[in-house]
Amino acid sequence: MSYLIEGRTGQWEVVVGLEVHAQVISNAKLFSGASTEFGKGPNENVSLVDAAMPGMLPVINEMAIEQAVRTGLGLRAVINRHSVFERKNYFYADLPQGYQISQFLHPIVGEGIVTLDLDGGESRDIGIERLHLEQDAGKSIHDRDPRRTMIDLNRSGVALMEIVSKPDIRTPEEAGAYLRKLRAIVRYLGTCDGNMEEGSMRADVNVSVRPLGETELRTRVEVKNVNSIRFVMQAIEIEAERQVEAWEDGEEIIQETRLFDPNRGETRPMRSKEFAHDYRYFPDPDLLPVRLEEDYIAAIKKTLPELPDDKKARLIKDLGLSPYDASVLVADRETAAYFETAAKGRDAKQVANWLTTNLFGALNKRGVGIDESPVTAEDLGALVGLIEDGTISSKIAKDVFEDMLETGKAPGAIVEEKGLKQITDSGAIEAIVDQVIADNPGQADEVRGGNEKAIGWFVGQVMKASQGKANPGQVNQLLKAKLLG
Amino acid sequence: MSLNEDDVRKIAFLARIRVDEARLAPLADELNNIVGWVEQLSEVDTNGIAPMTSAVDIVTPLRKDVVNDGDKVEDILANAPDREGPFFAVPKVVE
Repeated sequence: MSYLIEGRTGQWEVVVGLEVHAQVISNAKLFSGASTEFGKGPNENVSLVDAAMPGMLPVINEMAIEQAVRTGLGLRAVINRHSVFERKNYFYADLPQGYQISQFLHPIVGEGIVTLDLDGGESRDIGIERLHLEQDAGKSIHDRDPRRTMIDLNRSGVALMEIVSKPDIRTPEEAGAYLRKLRAIVRYLGTCDGNMEEGSMRADVNVSVRPLGETELRTRVEVKNVNSIRFVMQAIEIEAERQVEAWEDGEEIIQETRLFDPNRGETRPMRSKEFAHDYRYFPDPDLLPVRLEEDYIAAIKKTLPELPDDKKARLIKDLGLSPYDASVLVADRETAAYFETAAKGRDAKQVANWLTTNLFGALNKRGVGIDESPVTAEDLGALVGLIEDGTISSKIAKDVFEDMLETGKAPGAIVEEKGLKQITDSGAIEAIVDQVIADNPGQADEVRGGNEKAIGWFVGQVMKASQGKANPGQVNQLLKAKLLG
Repeated sequence: MSLNEDDVRKIAFLARIRVDEARLAPLADELNNIVGWVEQLSEVDTNGIAPMTSAVDIVTPLRKDVVNDGDKVEDILANAPDREGPFFAVPKVVE
């Protein structure tokens, strides 16, 4: 998949790297015992440490370390046994310390890999540069008062993982696929809920462009806080086009931070003076370096669940699914779990079909997720089972499925109640076939006269007469025998 | 390494400390004295020695992932120069 921008001077390639801030799932904050719970009253989840009262000392939450290591292992990354928390100094009203405790020279996780699932079942590896732990800032509320900004420190000090990719991404679609995959991985791992709407996953996008064939990287621009996958893709398109135009007009792109405005479809510079990037990092004297033992890392590794890539490979290899179906099913943990329950002991391909076509269609229509599905995984599996053993035809199964969606009943019960069992008794089918032929002598002659296509009409009539319950294969055979025999 | 008046002006800005123009030159001298004094350390040959990050050889203490703090809005806001209900209030920060 190539994505090139046609400029006046030729074709331009887009180079993108993503910095994703993922909120760590933990009970307490990174350096204090205050809660991370979402939706509490303003400043209720704040300890004296989070408010940066003089003399307060940070103490590292062991869960944050464990979650970062777990995520690093999920990204097939190097876990650094020695890492250091540093102070990133800047002033902002929602940063009470006057510095953010982050990691700079010695992050807890080094280089890793995220494999993208692209259209058509193809895949591509994107490098991870690093993952480090840092504190979130508080929240500024600007619209409550014309002259004042309100500050809520509930988020101040919540642990974040900043996951930095290498500049390996070349298209907006790859950026989208990267974010979806990263989100799937952290959700499988249980290290971040991946919810971009609520801000527990946020992305900064680094964009540069270069004439096709050039190997040097040109100056990059950072587009801040783009809060949905769709916006990330749009922001890349818009910013790349702006840069191509600027280069072609002989302007120099300056390294700056810009904000994406989805309403106006543009990026614009943040006021750069106040945000002068001079963070004067230095090791935080309140915190000792973090040292991890090999057996600690190995113990976490043992608890990792099967991750999307491995699961996908297994579904293809053991169950014979197509790469496309497999990547759809493993895209999130709930879908994968649902599928595996439903497919237990059934025809996996057929279950996959029912899930990705019928169930997804129904869920989309209702606007609910798979965790709220009115049809349980066991029942969907049972429905496929009824088709497999010939109890009902696939056509009847569609009606049963509709019923299941409405009533939440088990398919067996619905088939029983409504008498939908497929008629496989050849005597019974034969009787219907004979009746239909006797009732339609004209059409029967037509078939006998050589118009074999008209046999399809007879199949339809017999199915109708049996209320869809006759086995279509048997009907076909019987008709052929009787009319063409 | 030597600091000039511009450096001092910038450092003061980054630290949000107001320094009168007349004080820049003397401050630069004072800072240069301090830096010069510390720079004597570079005379020590540290080749092949890992940087020391702490003077004490102890392992980082960690806390359990337990919520045992918070719910003290009044304590948190007690010294705030301005507040609005449960919020800190600060002069408007323009987006």
